Amino acid sequence: MMAEQTVAERTITLEVFRYRPEQESEPTFQTYEIPYREDWVVLDALNYIKDSVDGSLTYRWSCRMGVCGSCGMMVNGVPKLTCSTFLKDYYPHPIRIEPLANFPVARDLAIVLDDFMAKLVHVRPWIIRRQEEPLEAGEYRQTPEELDRYKHFSMCINCMLCYAACPIYGLEPEFVGPAAIALAQRYNLDSRDQGGRERMGILSTHEGIWACTLVGECTTVCPAEVDPAGAIQQAKLASALGWLRRVLVPWGNK
Amino acid sequence: MRAYSRPTEFNWWLTNRTYFFFVVRELTSVLIAAYMVFLLVLLRRLAAGPEAYAAYLRFLGSPGMLLFHLAALAAALYHSITWFRLAPMAITLRVRGRRVPGATVVAANYAAWLVVSLVVAWIVLRS
Repeated sequence: MMAEQTVAERTITLEVFRYRPEQESEPTFQTYEIPYREDWVVLDALNYIKDSVDGSLTYRWSCRMGVCGSCGMMVNGVPKLTCSTFLKDYYPHPIRIEPLANFPVARDLAIVLDDFMAKLVHVRPWIIRRQEEPLEAGEYRQTPEELDRYKHFSMCINCMLCYAACPIYGLEPEFVGPAAIALAQRYNLDSRDQGGRERMGILSTHEGIWACTLVGECTTVCPAEVDPAGAIQQAKLASALGWLRRVLVPWGNK
Repeated sequence: MRAYSRPTEFNWWLTNRTYFFFVVRELTSVLIAAYMVFLLVLLRRLAAGPEAYAAYLRFLGSPGMLLFHLAALAAALYHSITWFRLAPMAITLRVRGRRVPGATVVAANYAAWLVVSLVVAWIVLRS
């Protein structure tokens, strides 16, 4: 019992970004000193504040196991899923928690994600067929090798950490961005899909793949190992080769 | 709803090692472009006759220009090496259904670089 109590007395400081539009026009930082537990993640600490210290703190979370992608925040300036970021990796130093960078802030740690949602739909992330087969023809079959070509690009959980890590998106908000392009590339590489050319018309633009100058930080912060930077470079290569083919073999294209 | 937009700070590229190395890689192009300009002027001087060419060579041999060329060489090396390191991201080769490992792609890039350098060295040095 005694040992448990000493452990409970240890505390950690959280500096939390606050923005309450009805009472302030500029954000502020609020400091909370809360009990330190070795098995707590940053999200546990925020839930402790919300439940026991300050019920007005606003943030998003759901699954608390790295699947839903809703608890992404800046932890000491780095985009992280707060459900898998442990306090013990920062203790005894204070931790600064901010909303995901490059997005407008709706309230406290909750960002406005309309732009990302619009971009996801913009790249047509679904299987496009020139002509749908009739139902009687059965399903579109795929070998494990064909699945393997795009599978890792399909693991995205839409957490938007890659957008928060991308300085290009910060400087040029029109940029379609890492996750949306990775998702588009996931369909481009799918053997059942025939919409590659249609999608390339959207992707191979200044706001699309060519805005990317390969910083690579999107891939570094990705919690699902999607490698969006790789997806964008591969789309660039495919687009450049397509252009070369059109120039060298003008009769080769319908 | 009145959303708050945080402006990108001027010093964003100093906040993270990857950002810093990236911006340095982009800036190396300035030195490489300047080197190209001197190279093009060299060609013009060559066309202008042996005296003009010799005078320009003396100018290129001055300590300041030597320093510039060393800096341009360092920039070119930095750019090439960091670029080769990123090559496996763009190039996904498959041999008999298996993805060629990134290290092999990088090694192939270095090998191609070596071959091209040897060909250039042979052309320059054979006389």
